[in-house]
Amino acid sequence: MSAPLLQTVALEARYGDAQALFGIDLSMEAGETVAIIGANGAGKSTFLKALTGLVAVAADSVRIDGRASGGLAPGDIVRQGVAMVPEGRRLFPSLSVEENLLMGGYARRPGPWNLRRLYAMFPILAEKRRQPGTALSGGQQQMVAIGRALMSNPRLLLCDEISLGLAPIVIKEIYDALPAITAEGMSVVVVEQDVMVAQRVSQRLYCFQEGRVSLQGASDGFTREQISAAYFGV
Amino acid sequence: MDILIQGLLLGGLYCLFSLGLSLMFGVMRLTNIAQGDFIIAAGFAAVSLAPLFDGQLLLTGLALLPLAFAAGYLVQRSLLNRTLGKDPLPSLVVTFGLSIVIQNLLQELYSANPRALEVGALSTDNLALGGTVVGTLPLLILLAALLATAGLQLLFARTAIGRAFRAVSDDREVAELMGLRASRVYATATALAFALIALAGVFQAMRTTVAPSDGPMLLLFAFEAVIIGGMGSFWGTFVGAMALGLSQQAGFSLDPGWGVWFGHLVFLAVLLLRPNGLFPKTRG
Repeated sequence: MSAPLLQTVALEARYGDAQALFGIDLSMEAGETVAIIGANGAGKSTFLKALTGLVAVAADSVRIDGRASGGLAPGDIVRQGVAMVPEGRRLFPSLSVEENLLMGGYARRPGPWNLRRLYAMFPILAEKRRQPGTALSGGQQQMVAIGRALMSNPRLLLCDEISLGLAPIVIKEIYDALPAITAEGMSVVVVEQDVMVAQRVSQRLYCFQEGRVSLQGASDGFTREQISAAYFGV
Repeated sequence: MDILIQGLLLGGLYCLFSLGLSLMFGVMRLTNIAQGDFIIAAGFAAVSLAPLFDGQLLLTGLALLPLAFAAGYLVQRSLLNRTLGKDPLPSLVVTFGLSIVIQNLLQELYSANPRALEVGALSTDNLALGGTVVGTLPLLILLAALLATAGLQLLFARTAIGRAFRAVSDDREVAELMGLRASRVYATATALAFALIALAGVFQAMRTTVAPSDGPMLLLFAFEAVIIGGMGSFWGTFVGAMALGLSQQAGFSLDPGWGVWFGHLVFLAVLLLRPNGLFPKTRG
């Protein structure tokens, strides 16, 4: 049996003196969509930062294809096929929409995603490609942020709170694009505050609580009470 | 009319002084206190190199530019990258220290006497231009400043490396997530800035003289030009340098002792009335 696409083993992470993750074990196969839910401060964003090299972690606590990838530089991790849509979108303000997308392709991984295909998926971006990224609406900016991550042709796409601050109809529009993205076997991790959305878009779900996994399993296999208990720890 | 033309010509030199400063600040928020001393050092390097090329200044300059580029890359990679962070103080202290080191090193090597590049007939060559006479060399310098400004602006707006400069300037962390290595992008920016510094040093040594203690004065002019122009674009720096050149020339024409002082006055007036300069950076 081959190694899982992504595996974390007793993953711990800290910011200075404050420990944020206390031994996270998570594993996912190619083609899976996994949701991570949890309250503010549960360690969801730290977990994604640990995966992408923005927070230093022990080498063998993160494994991509079975190879120890913890503590690598962010650039090396994106070249292994892990791309992130950061929380708050964080488009480059002085770059146009198209330049933002091109930055995403900096790692030059070969694959199906390019400007033409992104513009076909989000036609509004083609229309606004010469405008500064920050001149767009929130939903459109989120499309740019997702497109920028896709431009690196990742095998694993990490989405940090992509619904934050967006209208429900826009959230639906963005998540409706997910099947087209995963159709070719790409794996996705969505970190979501909205539990209903998280359950709907994912096959499996992990709930974090204070830096530990408090619940995991098939997304449609939990009652509201189970999730609420794991979420708040009451 | 004469003041206008002479002022713009002087502004051309100041523009070359300040482009490197503007570039390094724009990409990595680093204020290079040693800017002026690096210009002087480049001038002395040209003085030393010139005999190797039989005094052919074009060749000397062409040889110096890649050397300066490499020196800039190394200085950034080995030293200045370590000073960058949220706190601007370490980079200020280190470049201030570099300034003192360079001044003393140049005194040790070349003594305190001013030196110049021998330009031959070019020092007196001139063109009649619309009723006034313009020196060929100052005109060349202004032309070089225009080309350098336009080139930088084009590089930033249209090329992949320019895109990388803007991206790391905007958000270093996300740029690294995309696979950029900020330390290399910074080193490339400093390398470019040093090439511009070398150009400025050669022209300074051609137009007047260079002495080891001149650096801080050049830094002051460069700094004033950048602040007057604002951080919006390299054209802002260009316009700022022109404004500084014009005000100094206007001062000189009133009283030979007033030129530099007039420049400071205009600088202070701009700080008071438009603290962000004439072309402030617009951000969404």
